[in-house]
Amino acid sequence: MLKLKVNNKDIEIEEGLTVLQACEKAGVEIPRFCYHEKLSIAGNCRMCLVEIEKSPKPVASCAMPAAEGMNIKTNTNFVEKSRKGVMEFLLANHPLDCPVCDQGGECDLQDQSLFYGVDKSRYKENKRAVPEKNMGPLIKTQMTRCIHCTRCIRFATEIAGVPELGAIGRGEDMQITTYLEKSMVSELSANVVDLCPVGALTSKPYVFEARPWELKKTESIDVMDAIGSNIRVDTYGWEVKRILPRINEDINEEWISDKTRHACDGLLNQRLDTPFIKYNKKFDKASWKEVNNIIKGKVQETSSDKICGLTGDLTNMETLFIFKEFFNKCLNSKNLESRNDHVYINPEKRENYLFNSNINGIEESDFIFIIGSNPRYEATILNARIRKAYLNNKTKIVSLNNVGDLTYPYDFLKGKTEDIKEIIEDKHPLSNIIKESKKPLIMLGQSVLASNSGKYIFESIKYFLKKNGKINNEWNSLNIISENASTVGSLDLGIFQTNDGSNEVLSNLENHKYELVFLLGRDNLGFKKKNEFIIYQGSHGDKGAEIADIILPGSAYTEQDGYFTNLEGKLQKAYKASYPPGDAKEDWKIINDLAEVINNKKLFKNKEELESSLLNNLNLMCEKNISKESTDLKDLIFKNEEIKINNIDYYYSNSIARASKTMFKCRNEKVKLEATGTED
Amino acid sequence: MLRDEDRIFKNLYNDIGSDLNSAKKRGDWSNTKELCDKGREWIISEIKSSELRGRGGAGFPTGLKWSFAPKEVGSRPHYLVINADESEPGTCKDRDILRFEPHKLIEGCLISSYAVNAHKCYIYIRGEYFNEGQKLQKAIDEAYKSNFLGKDACGTGWDLDIYIHYGAGAYICGEETALLESLEGKKGQPRLKPPFPALIGLYGCPTIINNVETIAVVPSILRRGAKWFASLGKPKNTGTKIYCISGNVNSPCNVEEEMGIPLKDLIETHAGGVIGGWENLKAVIPGGSSMPLLPKRICDTIKMDFDSLIAEKSGLGTAGIVVINNDQDIIKCMARIARFYKHESCGQCTPCREGSGWMWRMLERMAIGEASRDEVNMLMDVTKQIEGHTICAFGEGSAWPVQGLLRHFKKEVEKRNNFNPLINTKKKIPYLIDQHLLEKKNA
Repeated sequence: MLKLKVNNKDIEIEEGLTVLQACEKAGVEIPRFCYHEKLSIAGNCRMCLVEIEKSPKPVASCAMPAAEGMNIKTNTNFVEKSRKGVMEFLLANHPLDCPVCDQGGECDLQDQSLFYGVDKSRYKENKRAVPEKNMGPLIKTQMTRCIHCTRCIRFATEIAGVPELGAIGRGEDMQITTYLEKSMVSELSANVVDLCPVGALTSKPYVFEARPWELKKTESIDVMDAIGSNIRVDTYGWEVKRILPRINEDINEEWISDKTRHACDGLLNQRLDTPFIKYNKKFDKASWKEVNNIIKGKVQETSSDKICGLTGDLTNMETLFIFKEFFNKCLNSKNLESRNDHVYINPEKRENYLFNSNINGIEESDFIFIIGSNPRYEATILNARIRKAYLNNKTKIVSLNNVGDLTYPYDFLKGKTEDIKEIIEDKHPLSNIIKESKKPLIMLGQSVLASNSGKYIFESIKYFLKKNGKINNEWNSLNIISENASTVGSLDLGIFQTNDGSNEVLSNLENHKYELVFLLGRDNLGFKKKNEFIIYQGSHGDKGAEIADIILPGSAYTEQDGYFTNLEGKLQKAYKASYPPGDAKEDWKIINDLAEVINNKKLFKNKEELESSLLNNLNLMCEKNISKESTDLKDLIFKNEEIKINNIDYYYSNSIARASKTMFKCRNEKVKLEATGTED
Repeated sequence: MLRDEDRIFKNLYNDIGSDLNSAKKRGDWSNTKELCDKGREWIISEIKSSELRGRGGAGFPTGLKWSFAPKEVGSRPHYLVINADESEPGTCKDRDILRFEPHKLIEGCLISSYAVNAHKCYIYIRGEYFNEGQKLQKAIDEAYKSNFLGKDACGTGWDLDIYIHYGAGAYICGEETALLESLEGKKGQPRLKPPFPALIGLYGCPTIINNVETIAVVPSILRRGAKWFASLGKPKNTGTKIYCISGNVNSPCNVEEEMGIPLKDLIETHAGGVIGGWENLKAVIPGGSSMPLLPKRICDTIKMDFDSLIAEKSGLGTAGIVVINNDQDIIKCMARIARFYKHESCGQCTPCREGSGWMWRMLERMAIGEASRDEVNMLMDVTKQIEGHTICAFGEGSAWPVQGLLRHFKKEVEKRNNFNPLINTKKKIPYLIDQHLLEKKNA
């Protein structure tokens, strides 16, 4: 512990902190522009100057390590004059266009010039003008406003791992640019908008939409991937204007992916706002009463084993739970399935489908082995953590397949099941590396679990890790990367039908054994319709609605309260920020009302009852521990085959993203489609 | 006057030849092995007691700097980096050392590398010194051939390799940490200090960075004794120094002289006097363009050493003396210097990036009399806001010449820019007028 003084107040701090952090501990605020907790220290804005006794010059507090016995002063005339001086320089060439600047109201420069600046400018020369840069469909540039704090450059090189942003030129002529005037090829690129302390980089889709004080802010959870990033949803009336990250050190730190942030304009398009019935291959508008009665009739004329329900990727757990209750109690059917394709699961224990080492655990790990996954697209935030681990600890990373640029260097194997067999039989150099690592981290992606050898790989890897003591109370090195927000929640609620891990409902469906199919927000279904009667409930007119005979308009994740379990098994609640459009209703309510029509009795009295029932059920499910013998390796059939990684269409992975114009532009940018000018 | 036998750089004008044999005749490489055999502590203490101060501009005691490097080599190697990025306007001493006395430098590199435990020595030469670099490379090749470098260099048992690296012509790369960045292949921008390069320098390893002249005098000091060196000049400002005299003098030259020589003697004896006579002198920039100028009144008596010049609020810097006589427009001269600093600012930190251009623009206006009276004080204020607020010393370097001008020639500046912006003179310079004040009647 170090003892030092801040403004004559004695404080004690741990070693290794900077003067700025010490001041913060003492409750003294230091203005800053370039300093950011998550980025390296640049020390170039000079706003954080403080006086340190015995130092003739003011010291940049963000870069100076705190030392024993320092006497730091932040409230002297000397410091005030330094701050005013720096502020004057910053404002010298900064345009005073706050009224037309999107950053206005949440601008660091605006706020700090009010507190630390002078009210009048002495700069009488012409101001500098800087040409605008093209940084892609997400980032609008107005480089004249840039104060050269280099936060964006540091973010791109350090966190995002794409050294595409940089400064060219020198002195006054220094310009921040993506050297070749192309968009940043990163799934985290839009975070530079948050980082920019001024209005130089602003959000392109949000341009001139609203002022920050006009927006209603709701803290919520993201559903674009299974990470469960913490977000803040900003709404103006019904419209979701933008989505910003919230800090959660255990999950997304301070970053969110571009899809999380910018798919929100998909909430305005392609919405289902009234029930529809298909007559002669055309959808007609209908009332809730009509559709509910038709469904009642269909249910009554279909035997319960001919009914199946498939749940989707963005559905919250309340809806999943009531859907399950609805199937069990009203329809007497157990044909429920949440898995997209023939993914292997072993539901004996919850650990079998979770990311057990936790996202924070990635940083503790000393060896990472990625099997059949491209974390950059499947779990962007998680991939950023792997990069952080690589940068901080030089963690060795190996992937089974060569999956292209992951923003960090890694070794790859042949991409065949043979590799796994060799590792398990101690014939591969990796076997020893895994054994010798204290905290190895093995990640299994959905691609490998969906392959024919899914069962073999999962069970044998688990056996191998168990045998070598890598799955214990402190550290569970077996990790599954789930792809969708509702995956873990559905499995927790037992929405699957399996004996040996295979997807029976889906197989039956593909063989056209069902007559009545209920799709609950399920859009990623690769199945050819024959004579099935399909009911689709969801928020967007997408692939699921296309094949439906009856459409029940539901709500999107921003329009209803709902729980989501992320890939680590953390239960988080998303809050209602907006309301469903038109006649659309909250998802749980649709099912509840339908149950009333069919059985003359609601399943739950209200949302509170549903919630408490859901949480009770979850606790029961988690406590239940099926004591079944672990699968014997001998039962497993080995087949040498190549593991193919699912080619994820990152910007088009769910119905909201597919309805989003911004995501469309991003995707175009990526596949280098020539814009024809008629898209809008 | 420095006696001929006390001169260190005997071939400063290339009278005797710069090749290895000629250098040997002048005494270079004569007993390098014995000097090294006396041990690191001896070398460092000898340099310390010689009171040699760095010749690159800041005047930091060299022996002290060397002693900051870790005594034992840890897991990371040590480096010696020679700063030959001589870009200060008015300075050209290192160039003549590189051209005509390369072996003094190379021998100095060997001894210094030995003293700071470095097996690799980099010489960072400014890109414009291409021919000088070629000459130095030739000398290095000669030294390798004679086994003065490489494995067991000069029989000392110490391995040393010297590499030349050419800069790309940025002034800022003469700043030691920016030089390291540039040497590592990055954009030349100064690093934050601490940590200092002596502990974390090139590639994160302990690195000692010295000016060419500093390293080139080391062998002579060791050979002839610290006492001899300390006997020259004044206490704490010992030894000899190469002065570069340019500007309005009859014969501009480089000359090696004792520290503390009166400026007037230097100009009159070596540079043939000021054009138009001493009485025609207006001001002298004593230490390269970044040092504040001195008016004639001070030049009459000033002695050229670190401390005397600091007492007059200037500095010896690199000892690049620029003489300005009455034929010149002093404000225009300073505006030109300010333009240089505006052009060379690296743009990393705010005060220097924004301030250097502001100062230049104001000075340009002052030179043609388009500034208002109160802007003169404002300019001084701006220089004060830059000075001491920046990452590296460039902030001072750009602010000091302007401060020097305002300190000594404020009357002249005010005379030329003597109008009040708020009075409706018929001058058409609308951007100087505060419009909202004009609306008031008594403005």
